[in-house]
Formats: sequence, C-alpha cells, structure tokens
Amino acid sequence: MERSFIMRNPSVLWFLLALAIFTLGVTILSEAFGIGGLSTSFIKTLGKTLCLCLIAVAMDVVWGYCGILSLGHFAFFGLGGYAIGMWLMYARTEEIVVNSLNEGAIPPTQQEIIDGIGTQIFGVVGSSEFPLIWAFSHSLGLQLLMVVLVPGLLALVFGWLAFRSRVTGVYLSILTQAMTLALALYLFQNDSGLRGNNGLSGLQNIPGLDHLGQATISMWFFWASAIALGAGYVLFAWVTSGKMGSVIRGIRDDESRVRFLGYHVESYKLFVFTLTAVVAGIAGALYYPQAGIINPAEIAPIASIYLAVWVAIGGRGRLYGAVIGAAFVSLLSSWFTGGGAPSIPLGFYTIQWTDWWLVLLGVSFVAVTLFFPKGIGGLFDYLVRKDP
Amino acid sequence: MRFLALFFAAAISLSVSGVQAQPTDLKAVLELHAEQIERPKRLQVGEVVEDLIALGTPEVTEFLQRWQNRELHMREADGQFFYVGEGTPIELIDVVSGQVVGTAEDSELKQLRPNAGVRRVLGSAMVQFQLSDPNILRRVAAVDSIARRPQADQLAPLLASIPNEPDAALKERKERLAGLLTARFGETTEDRVAAIEALSGELSLDVQAVMNQILTTRDAVAVTLPENENIAEVYEVGTDLSTAEAYAQLVSADLALALIPNDAIRTALAANIDGGFVGGVPVAQLNTDAARATAYTALAEVGTVPPLVTEADITSAVQSHVFYAVYTEPDVAVTDAANEALSEITTRVGMNQALDLTLDGLSLASIYFLAAIGLAITFGVMGVINMAHGEFIMMGAYTGYVVQLFIPDYTLSILVALPLAFAVTFGAGVAMERLVIRWLYHRPLETLLATFGISIALQQLAKNIFGTQARPLTSPGWLDGAWVLNDVVSISYIRIAIFILALIFLGLLLFILNKTRLGLEVRAVTQNPGMAASMGINPDRINMLTFGLGSGIAGIAGVAIGLYAKVTSEMGADYIVQSFMTVVLGGVGNVWGTLAGASLIGFLQKGIEWFNPANTLAAQTYMILFIILFIQFRPKGIVALKGRAAGD
Repeated sequence: MERSFIMRNPSVLWFLLALAIFTLGVTILSEAFGIGGLSTSFIKTLGKTLCLCLIAVAMDVVWGYCGILSLGHFAFFGLGGYAIGMWLMYARTEEIVVNSLNEGAIPPTQQEIIDGIGTQIFGVVGSSEFPLIWAFSHSLGLQLLMVVLVPGLLALVFGWLAFRSRVTGVYLSILTQAMTLALALYLFQNDSGLRGNNGLSGLQNIPGLDHLGQATISMWFFWASAIALGAGYVLFAWVTSGKMGSVIRGIRDDESRVRFLGYHVESYKLFVFTLTAVVAGIAGALYYPQAGIINPAEIAPIASIYLAVWVAIGGRGRLYGAVIGAAFVSLLSSWFTGGGAPSIPLGFYTIQWTDWWLVLLGVSFVAVTLFFPKGIGGLFDYLVRKDP
Repeated sequence: MRFLALFFAAAISLSVSGVQAQPTDLKAVLELHAEQIERPKRLQVGEVVEDLIALGTPEVTEFLQRWQNRELHMREADGQFFYVGEGTPIELIDVVSGQVVGTAEDSELKQLRPNAGVRRVLGSAMVQFQLSDPNILRRVAAVDSIARRPQADQLAPLLASIPNEPDAALKERKERLAGLLTARFGETTEDRVAAIEALSGELSLDVQAVMNQILTTRDAVAVTLPENENIAEVYEVGTDLSTAEAYAQLVSADLALALIPNDAIRTALAANIDGGFVGGVPVAQLNTDAARATAYTALAEVGTVPPLVTEADITSAVQSHVFYAVYTEPDVAVTDAANEALSEITTRVGMNQALDLTLDGLSLASIYFLAAIGLAITFGVMGVINMAHGEFIMMGAYTGYVVQLFIPDYTLSILVALPLAFAVTFGAGVAMERLVIRWLYHRPLETLLATFGISIALQQLAKNIFGTQARPLTSPGWLDGAWVLNDVVSISYIRIAIFILALIFLGLLLFILNKTRLGLEVRAVTQNPGMAASMGINPDRINMLTFGLGSGIAGIAGVAIGLYAKVTSEMGADYIVQSFMTVVLGGVGNVWGTLAGASLIGFLQKGIEWFNPANTLAAQTYMILFIILFIQFRPKGIVALKGRAAGD
C-alpha cells in the first residue's frame, strides 16, 4: 500500500508548477533578462515576498502541523539575516578600505586593513574593535554555516529547555515571545557588537559583483529565493507526510495520547522546532540582501505575530495556505501602506488607507479567526470537493 | 564650636595688623588706585579690593555695589569719582558722605563699566559684607554664593558673621558651611581634622565633594619613592596600571623617549622612499610590521628619523621607575581623616542607596502589579490570553486625557477619570468577550491571535483619533514633587500614589474573590467549570463579568501609568510583555501569585539596573533570560494553582 511521495502529496506538484511558471514569467518581464516590464525594485519586492513565503511555510509546519504557536520564528529569520549581513558588510568594507589604503605610498599591513574595516563598520557606535562574534565574518563559507548554525543552535537549546519542562500552549507562546524580545533588546544595545539600532546596512551591494548592477543581482536573488521556497516546500511536505507527519499531527491534536502510545513527543517537537528555525534563518539570509538593511526592529515580537497572522489568514495545516497567506497579506500590506490604494471620501471624512489599513487588517483578522478558521486555503477544499 | 571662636579672633587680629600700613580712608584708597578703578583688569583688581575691604567702613559696601552695578562715574577733568543723581545738569554725589556736592554736564562724566570678570571679583568681595547685611535675603544670597564657589578667603568673614546671625536656620547653614570650608581651608591640622570628623556623619553630596576634593590625587613617577610627599598609593605595573600606560606616564614626565606610533612610521617611510626602496627594503614588501621595522631602523641608523623604541626599552624603563599617586593635600593627618570619613560616608550612602533601590523596586512592582492583575484574572479564570490588554491600559489613559479636556481642575478630573476609565474599559472588555472570545473558548491559541487582531486595530484607531504625538495626563498639584528623605533617598509622590492604588486594588480584589458571591462563583468556575455549571452557576455570565473586571482594572492602571508616563497609542504595547511575564512567573489566576511575580520582576529589574546603571536595555534582556530559566524550574509559576488552569 506504500504510495510514492508525490502521489501522497499532489499539491507539491501543483505548487512547484505554479512556482516555476511564476518565476519564468517574472524572468521574462525583468529588465536584466527579459523585456523589462517590471522595475528592479518590484523584482526585489517579489523576491522578498518569496522569502516571507518560505518562513511562513516553516511557521505553518511548527504551528499548523505541530501545534506549537511559536512567536519567535522571526528572531531566527533575523539571525540568519545578521549572519549573512556580517559577511556582506565585512567584505564590502574590506574592498573599500583596501582600495583607499593602496592609494598611499606604502602598501598596507594586514593589521592596518583590519583596523580600517573596524573603524568603518563600528565608527557609528563609537568603537573600532572587532567583537568576538565577528571572528568568522571574513569568510563567506563560515558565515553561511552560521546562517544555519546560529538559529539552529538557539532553537535547539531553547526548545530543549522549554519542551523538557513540558511548557505548552499559550505559556510556550509567551516564552518564545520573551525570547524574541530579549534578543531584540540585546541587539538594540550599542555594545552588542552588531551596531546597535543602526543595524547592518548596504547589504544590497554584493562584494565583487559591483560590475553586474542591481537589475541582474536582484534577479539572481529572486531565482535563489524561488529555488529555496521550492526546496523548502518539498522538504516540509516530506516531513509532514508519512508516519512522521502523522505523529506530528497527533501531537498537535492530543499530546498526552501520543506520549502514552510510546512516542517520545519532546524529540519530535524539538526536531520540528529546530528544523523550521534553520529554514527561517535561510529565508532571512536570502531576504536581507534584497532588503539592503537589517536592524533590531525587524526582530521585534510584533513581526513574529504578523507571521502567525499570515499563516492563519492563508490557512493553517496546509503548506500552500501559508504561501498564499504570506504573499497575499504582505503584498496587500505594501500596496495599502505604500499609498497605492485609493482613498474613500465619505463626505464628512476621507478614509486614507495608510491610516486605516491596520484597522482593516486587525478586524479582518478577527473575522477570519471567527468565521473562516481554515483561512483562504480552505477555499480549495470546496473546489476539490466539487470535483467529481 | 570653641575653635570657631578662636578662629574668629585670629582672623580679626590678622586683618587689623594688615591694615596699619595702608591708607585709612576711602578717598585716599581711590586716589591711590585711580587708574585701576577706571580701567580695572580682572587679575589686578584684587589689590584694590583688598585695600577697600581693609577699610571696613560701611560706605565701602555701597561703593563696591555701585561699582559692580556700573553706577560709578568719573569726572574727566580731575579724575574724581562720584555717584550721580537725577536731573540735568547731572547731580554729583560724594562717595563718602552721600551728599550732593555739585553738578556736571553729561559730556564731562565718564561712566565706568567693569567687565564681567571684574564684576565677579567685586561680587565675591562683597559677599563678606553681605554676610552681615541687615537684609536676610542678601545674607542668604551671600551664603548661597559661597556654597557655589567655596574659597579659602571666605572662611574668616563667614566665621565672623556667625555669632551675630539672628536667624536660627541661616545660622545653622552658616555653621555647616563653615565646617565644610574649615575642612578644606582651615588653618591648623587639628581644626581641619576636627571639622572632617564632624562631617563624617553626613551623606550629602556637598560633603562628599569636599572629601573628594581633599583627597584629589595626581599620578607621579620617580626613580625611587620620595619620602617627603603624601603618597596615596603605589601602583603595581601590570595590575593597577598596564605597561603601556606606565610608559605613557614616563613619556609625559620626560623620563623616556616617545613611542613612534604606527602611523608615524608609515608617514616617515613614505617620506623617505628612494628609488623604490626605503632603507634598503623594496616598497612592495613593506606590508608587514616586521619589514617596516627593519626599514625604519635602517633610516634611524642614518639619523633621518628618531630611533624606534623597542619592547625591551619599554620594559627596562618601566622597571627602573616607581609609579604612584600623590595627594595634592600635603598634610597626612588630614588625608587620613578624610579617607576615614569618606569610607564612613560611603557605607552610609550605600545603605541609603539600598533603601532607595527598595523604594524604586516597590514602585515598579506596584506598576507591574496594576498592569498585570487584570490579565492574571482573565487568564486564570478563562484560560484566555488577552493580547489587547495593553490597549485597554491605553484606553484608560486616553479616557483620563479626554476627561481633563472637559474638567480643568486636575484633582476633580482624576477622581472622575478613575471610575470612568473603569467603566469604559469594562464595557469594552464585556463587548469583546461577547463578540469574539466567547466563540473561541475551546481554541485558546486562536484567542491569542484574535485578540491580537483587536489590539492592532485599537492601536491604529487611537493613532487616527488622537494623533501620534504624546498627550499629557497632568497630575494634580498636590502630587507634584517628591518625598525627599536625604540626598540619596527620594521618591516622587506620584509613585507613592500608584503604590497606594495598587494596595487598594490588592485589598479590593482579595475582598471580591474571597468574601462575595461573585468571587465564590469565579473561584468555582476557575477550579472546575463543568461542576460549577451543574451547581447552578452560569459560567457564561461569570466569564463575561470576569473579563469585564480584568479589563476595567487595566483601564485604571492606564490612568495611573499615564500620570507619570506620556499617553501614546503605543503605551500599552510597552507593558504587555512585562505583564505576561508577571502572570507567567507568578502563576496563573491567583492574586498572590501576581503580586509575587510583579515584586520579583520589579525588584529584579531595579537590581540589575543598579549593577549596570548605564544600560537599561541590558537589564531587561537579562531579566527576560532569568524568567525563561525560572520557568524551567517552576513551569506553573511561583504560586501554582490547582484546577482548570493547572490542567493544561
């Protein structure tokens, strides 16, 4: 009775097809590789949206499938961004510093180069020394490893502590929120070694690729984000199907019963929590070079709550729901807050959407929770059911 | 006080003996120093002032005052000084007699305008006269001026003015100030030690400043430790002082050659490039410190650049010298007494700081208690996390602001605002429970998200109505100011009021929960809703009332918080995480648990801030980490509850 992975998950094929068509369409319309219908900044927005979809899928697995409402996954996202940002900033500054030092009569020593980079990067927080956490920032390989290791280890330690003492439900949500807040507050300090509230900036300039131009680089990142989303989708589809998927869903529905059946619930939860944190870190590492800047405000607890909102609106417990929710809400949000939506004059008062978008979002969020607990993804059920 | 009297006598005899060789009449002094008075220089005017003071006659005060106020005029014809009166031609007034002695045209007179520096010298000279002025305001001003800028020469006149001071309070101040001055400028060692010992019982900032001034040190370096200096401390190189710092001291004392910084080496090398080589080394190879040192040494041997200081030079130079700190005060007995007094003061200040910290912690704890107790009730009874709780706090604060728009009297408006804020947020809470939360009881995680939706909508709504700038919620006049125990311990009246408010609510809640029918039903539903329902309690009604009650208290907390912080649409969000922490830490659904949680968080935060005062962000980070770890050991909080809340 063992059916193939694809047969059990028909949605994976459909999703990959849709993603491929979308990517192809954007490529054809891009400035760098196509006819030029889409601006570079819009390509970046689309690329960022794909990264947000990826973390939303991760969030869906940890919440929609495993029942852990984590309010900390955006912290992992941010840590991934910081990890790649450190290399981008170091390598970029190194280029500039070496160029300017080479103009002098005497070639620079290694120490002079490092001091120069330190002054450039940490001048804004009144320092010039490299903190210990920048020890690997000179190497792209090591820093890429950090993208995976830092969020992974944090999730592993935090999850182990939390699950071991059987912290569940809303308690766990509050604890993850506290973790996020602690991290954000820590990063806000000037002596955190990550430039305090200035954050890391200039990340859109990829060292050594200046000659290519942003139009090309934005497409590269767009493709990378699309590939990451596709791979992440397949990975999570595999995790949530089969026997393991059943156990995970069992934990969501009744943790004690699964435990009494002999499964080691904590290990499953820890695995899901850590895996999704790693994927969140990767998504962040792809997102922030497109955004160009990362600062501690990105990690604030509110971001993680929005993540939960996307997943809930898109529909929990189905991976494509998370993708739809993240894409729909984040694009709609930038359309409304960017002033794209027309104002509604009521005669006595004009509704400016930049002011009222959050009210609309909040209210529609309550409405979705109350009336459409399955979210937008739930609409597909009707389609499927009506098919003969 | 006997030594004060002795001092007084000594000071008088001293000044009398100094006068004898001097002119004895104001006119004569003026004649002697005519040029200085006409064009006074700040540095030389002291001589004139000394002579004037030596006269000690009443008209001298008048003269100094008028001179300082630019009311002194000089007749250009003969260089005589006059005050001027009304009318044209201008009346001339004699500086000694005060009588009108003639008239002059405006063009014949020159008004004297001493500059600011000179006027300061005149002012401090006048202080001595003002100390005995019949007008108490002038005497107070004089004492204030001495306290601001204490100087050695003020001690004698200050002491002289004490016995005849009629005002008891001012006399006390004068005596205290005389003590401070004696400690620093007293004539004999015994006087100073006695004054210092008398001060060691105090902890005010000015006493600490005096002690620190006496104990000022400067760093010094010598080949051997000098015998005749008052040495504070001998530095151990490597522990008290790094080798680099020690060498820098040697350089600044001209006992060693200056280090050549890397920049200077680089510049020197760049300046001496000779056909692609520097000192025999190819330029392209100069990218290591070792190669640069080789090239530089070669240049130094030729004599083009100053020689390089090597590590060995530094070590031997540092080892052959002794580094120490020496008191600027030469008298050993005085510095010993001051050291002892300062350590006594420091201990006392430390104890008072602990008390102050306790008060701060208590006030923070009461704020957290007020903010969190409503959350704790709803969470405990209904198992529902209300993310919009912070927005209820904000609504309460805005209610207070709106009330103040209509009722200008601050006392009355606060009295109206408190119950009104309760009513508004009670209504909002009940509405929210009926419309949203009731449908989600079996899905607690979704309640969390739905209330979050309400939270962002309310926050944005408040922003749209009241704008983004902070709105004031003014406290009544009788809550302004602070209760000051001494220079270290003080607490503002608003914080005391919040503490009292928290106490009242603690009592009120305990009464409602333990002594009323509603409380009984609430406790029953908390423990077992099914059983409570079968006993005839309507859980729906209880849930609604509890939610209303919790929200109402949030509203009142909002008014209290708004009184000392600004009212903004984001103020609720600032408290929500702390409130969650308080509830989780304290244990759910229990008033005592919330109290314990709030106290722990309040004191902990203040304590960590005390260890690291510059960094409140770090304090919050460490506190949250502590809470996460604490939950590991007591997952159900400090006061664990049995019943429904304990079941999940």
